[in-house]
Amino acid sequence: MTRIRFQRNLDDLKEKLLVMAGMAEQSIQRAVEAYRVRDLSICDLVDRGEMAINRLEREIDQMALDLLAMEQPMAIDLRFILAVIKINADVERVGDSARSISDRVRALQDFPAAEMPIDIPRIANLASGMVRRALQAFIEGDADMAESVLKMDDSVDKLNGSAHTTLLNLMKAQPVLAPQALNALMISRALERVADHATNIAEDVIFWVRGADVRHHMGATAARVNSHAAGGQTVPGSQ
Amino acid sequence: MGVSIEVTGLNAWYGANHTLQDITLHIPANEATALIGPSGCGKSTFVRCLNRMHETNPIAKVTGDVKVGGMDIYSEISAVEVRRRIGMVFQRPNPFPTMSIYDNVASGLRLNGFRNRRVLDEVVERSLKHAALWDEVKDDLKKKSGASLSGGQQQRLCIARALAVDPEVLLMDEPASALDPVSTAKIEDLIFQLKSQYTIVIVTHNMQQAARVAERTGFFLNGKLVEFDTTHKIFTNPGDKRTEDYITGRFG
Repeated sequence: MTRIRFQRNLDDLKEKLLVMAGMAEQSIQRAVEAYRVRDLSICDLVDRGEMAINRLEREIDQMALDLLAMEQPMAIDLRFILAVIKINADVERVGDSARSISDRVRALQDFPAAEMPIDIPRIANLASGMVRRALQAFIEGDADMAESVLKMDDSVDKLNGSAHTTLLNLMKAQPVLAPQALNALMISRALERVADHATNIAEDVIFWVRGADVRHHMGATAARVNSHAAGGQTVPGSQ
Repeated sequence: MGVSIEVTGLNAWYGANHTLQDITLHIPANEATALIGPSGCGKSTFVRCLNRMHETNPIAKVTGDVKVGGMDIYSEISAVEVRRRIGMVFQRPNPFPTMSIYDNVASGLRLNGFRNRRVLDEVVERSLKHAALWDEVKDDLKKKSGASLSGGQQQRLCIARALAVDPEVLLMDEPASALDPVSTAKIEDLIFQLKSQYTIVIVTHNMQQAARVAERTGFFLNGKLVEFDTTHKIFTNPGDKRTEDYITGRFG
């Protein structure tokens, strides 16, 4: 093994991103808990967490920039750093989503508590599970595991879609509950965005590990284009 | 215009040392192709085989086919003709030290029997322009010797000298490794311009340089061509673990 310092810096970068991601995932759980028990002190924790996440985002970007400038990484290292930069942005947005949920919980304090006919904790568990699984794939460099995250996104989309319909109907039937329903709708939407960020993170892990761009269902097309355009030559006897 | 190079089953030996083992590859016309690999991997030997420089060493032996523009350079044309058609630029600039700038560029033509002053003037000017050196030396063509130029200028003078005999292929063996960054950038710009007219093969230890100038890149290791693909593929997602280990600096 050579470039020991570079490898250590890559490990540090990965570790820092995982710390930040852990905080973002915890923030989502806290924000949903704050909604469930209507506890503003938990909202304060979420807000403080978001500031820490933002600080880490800037530090990670700086570390990645330094490594690009100073080490001129190639191939899998280059893909790793690019993936880290993009995952960093997505994790920060997960933190923003937690903050959005926390804002909704604060807004709800102005209205009487009302039971909403949707299962926010269930959507939250699914979305957080996706984030956790995407990060596990990142830790292990496991593209197959990352692929499984992509498949989970549909169920969150469906739950959010049905929550949307249910809450819209509730608003029509009981206009007095419109503020509570609207805030619940926005929380559901924020959780659906968290699942989208988890999907992005999983796609970035696949890009890092396999060098394949699977965004927007481009995987199959990209592989086909590469095999035709690359003009790569078989090199007999080199194995 | 540049021509393509077709190498099939090329083997080379220095004495008992089997330095190139069964190399087969197609170098397209009018592109820059970079060859990378650790020291002693065979990449310089490979380019030397492309213009029969290899055989100037008495203990060297070559088997296999090398076709340049469809002609077998080992059986269909003489070594002198091969070296006219396939020019070479080396790591250290090697102008003829006692000759003027003009005579350096004209030397190849004179060796080939050209004496007409007007033709020589035209070729010297055109070659120096192609090598992006004309503006810097046009007032001192016959006053200054090649050795009086800076390192970067000397290297471009050597490129002009190679271009003067109207080659189809330009082989460059680490042409910028002894130069400062500004001179290196000029050589790289030059490679970019020259490939519209010539086929360029460049050996380099500088991976960023290969990524900047070459359409295709071949990775050599222990006398074998491990991988040959588009430069983009080699530097972003190489197919062979050994290529990846080399370009990410994990060898050792």
